[in-house]
Amino acid sequence: MKTAEKTYVSTRNSCKLCAPLGASMVFKGIEGCVPLIHGSQGCATYIRRYLISHFKEPVDIASSNFSEESTVYGGSKNFITGIDNIIRQYKPKVIGIASTCLSETIGEDIPGHIRHYREVREGSVLPEFVHASTPSYCGSHAEGFHNTVLSVLRTFAQSKGNQQGLTVLPGMVTPADIRYLKQLLTDFSIKGMVFPDYSETLDNVYTSEYELIPSGGTTVEQLISMGDSKHVIEFGTTFNKGHMRSSEKNSKQTPGEWLETNCLVQNHAMPLPIGVDASDRFMQTLETITGTPMPDTYAKERGRLVDAYVDAHKYVFGKKVLLYGEEDLVSALADWAREIGMEPFWIKDTDFETLREKAHDVKPDLLLGNSKGYYIARELKVPLVRLGFPIHDRFGASRMHQIGYRGTQELFDKVVNALIEYKQENSPIGYKYL
Amino acid sequence: MAHILDDRLLQISMAGAHERTIEGGKASLAGSVSQRACVFCGSRVVLYPIADALHLIHGPIGCAAYTWDIRGSLSSGPELHRLSFCTDLQETDVIFGGENKLYDSLIELINDHQPKAAFVYTTCIVGVIGDDVERICKQVATEKGIPVIPVQAPGFQGSKKDGYKVACESLFKLVGTLNKPTPANSINILGDFNLAGELWILLDYYKKMGVHVNATITGDGRVDDIRNAHNAALNVVQCSGSMNYLATMMKDEYNIPSMRVSYFGIEDMSDALYDVARFFKDDDMMDKARELVRFEIGRLLPELAWYKERLQGKKAAIYVGGAFKAISLVKALRLIGVQSVIVGSQTGSTEDYELIKNLCDEGTIIVDDSNPVELAHFVKEKQADIFIGGVKERPIAYKIGLGFCDHNHERKEALAGYEGMINFAKEIYATAMSPVWKFTRNTPTP
Repeated sequence: MKTAEKTYVSTRNSCKLCAPLGASMVFKGIEGCVPLIHGSQGCATYIRRYLISHFKEPVDIASSNFSEESTVYGGSKNFITGIDNIIRQYKPKVIGIASTCLSETIGEDIPGHIRHYREVREGSVLPEFVHASTPSYCGSHAEGFHNTVLSVLRTFAQSKGNQQGLTVLPGMVTPADIRYLKQLLTDFSIKGMVFPDYSETLDNVYTSEYELIPSGGTTVEQLISMGDSKHVIEFGTTFNKGHMRSSEKNSKQTPGEWLETNCLVQNHAMPLPIGVDASDRFMQTLETITGTPMPDTYAKERGRLVDAYVDAHKYVFGKKVLLYGEEDLVSALADWAREIGMEPFWIKDTDFETLREKAHDVKPDLLLGNSKGYYIARELKVPLVRLGFPIHDRFGASRMHQIGYRGTQELFDKVVNALIEYKQENSPIGYKYL
Repeated sequence: MAHILDDRLLQISMAGAHERTIEGGKASLAGSVSQRACVFCGSRVVLYPIADALHLIHGPIGCAAYTWDIRGSLSSGPELHRLSFCTDLQETDVIFGGENKLYDSLIELINDHQPKAAFVYTTCIVGVIGDDVERICKQVATEKGIPVIPVQAPGFQGSKKDGYKVACESLFKLVGTLNKPTPANSINILGDFNLAGELWILLDYYKKMGVHVNATITGDGRVDDIRNAHNAALNVVQCSGSMNYLATMMKDEYNIPSMRVSYFGIEDMSDALYDVARFFKDDDMMDKARELVRFEIGRLLPELAWYKERLQGKKAAIYVGGAFKAISLVKALRLIGVQSVIVGSQTGSTEDYELIKNLCDEGTIIVDDSNPVELAHFVKEKQADIFIGGVKERPIAYKIGLGFCDHNHERKEALAGYEGMINFAKEIYATAMSPVWKFTRNTPTP
């Protein structure tokens, strides 16, 4: 007899993080940008700690350091001091301001603060300002990410009527993925831009000096000219439709849709290109946009991936894989799992404890997701292949490449080998030959 | 001095009799990238290791998500503290209030986990939307028959240090609510969080001396031990920043004396044992302490000498949470031939910094509530070889080619006690002597 499932009021071991974290990642993808979190000091510190542990890079995020006084009388004074101090120490080109649950609840008018600051400091050379509304009580870090991409485009993108080139909005992918996309655009010989581009700012080379703002990122000029792109490709299927604040104008639009409606950029929305089918769709779109066939390098990568699928298909067939993470990523992974004959399993809008309880019924052969699900894999004694965000218990999260044929290849090899290793380690024989 | 903001000048000084006194306890400047966290963080890290209590965070998800299983605080029994519970407030809750959600969450979680007590942490917006958390806690405590303690920790009400005080007030509500037979030679250990099992090293030392450890607050902590903490003869307080408040309250209410100790380095560790024996005026205890120290040091010194010979002349930068730890680190580093050229903390007091000023070699930079820009500048200026800090300092050190030793609450290596001193020396040696620095030295600045 099936018993009624218990539903919880509380969240137990959350799968999601808060919206200002997503905003901070996007701001780190703008050249010369320092993020400022308008709220209590802890928000910036926690988010820094979380990002640093994943990217293994310095992540400087300023805070307006709300006090009791600013909470009662408003954060205007802290805002001005905060901006002054950031400019003095960092000399940024852009300051990206994310709100928090506190500043939203007390009704802080950040656009008003920015206007006021410009008035007060009239005559000085000031950086650009961009603001995203990211209260922690709406949505998750993923929605915070998408909402900030939208806010940045709305702030900068301008249509001057000379539509050309391509903008790619990849969503929350890895620095390695962004580098791959930039190379891909070069290889297709198209004038293209990627936003956000934290491929260097969050995966920097050894510098020997402390770079106040790491080099790299999408430039303001590029952001402005995105309004003049002919096409935009955006990955992900969920975005922030309806998740974020209703008071945020146009929040029901994805960034790509916004560009289409406001700047006449043709939008091509598609799932994250993980797997042959999804990557084919992406490549075909690029072929249509550019009018050039896929370069041979990529055709070879596709061929090798299919070859690898054939070689290893029996090791993955029928295997149950438990997926968790951002919705865009999970839905792409589910399609990919089906593509290679695995049985994907996931729960929408859940927490890790619910997932753990269900996992005991499902009995997955493998977990695929970030490092926070490790305790479930450990309890079930099954392998965990790490991808997504955060990865706090391994090195190389920034260098994980997981999109396109080559990224899928890396992922596929990892999954196959994890299953083989599991079998090998649990075998009484200890074979060393397949 | 573009790297130092004008308003921060009073928080930076140097060792030496004539140098400026540092003003501790100032609020962080808006716009500076302070390494400090908030009131909530301070209360959360202090209470976190209590392993048989339910820790429920009343607020939106971020505060709970970022503090899930973050400390390396080990438990010898239950591990309820390693789960993260949150009311996960949504926009509608912010508008209509979150009291019902809090009540329902508490009831379901207490039913599920049968904790000995529950701590309810209020975060920024709960302080603003005005939920009556005290009332809900009282109601649930009555219904469920366990202590349900509000931890009033809205982030904006100060800094991490103020959170320590909030945590101590919450702990104090438990103290004195249970009486267990407690031997006369009992101490409470305050301010050790059993990171990487460090508390267990200390328990072993005290046991060998014939000292009974009553409550450990909060490392490997248990609710009933804390409730019975008032029956101990002495509070032995480490990490004084976080636990001094509790010791003071227990002195006022129960007349329990306290002493400040540190378990890092040979001198401070040995003093921590001798001082306890001296307090009990027990010759046998003192003899055992001497024997223990003699044995441990005899074992340790030849090993440390080996490291000292090789590390002699290296320079270290220290930037940690509490100033008392920084003081111990300066002394511990001297034992292995390493000179401290920068010493800073997030939460030191004026008096702490005076101590540091007198302890360090002349010219050592001393800094309160620093930030990445300053720290990076200081280590270059002082040509430090090694940085000792936490997660947020690590990438600063690595990016500019310095060795690094994690002395923060995430560490997985025990650094306390005599064994800890050897681990510390090993780690400093490993990071100072790695051959990879050859490549960083050869890499030109881009």
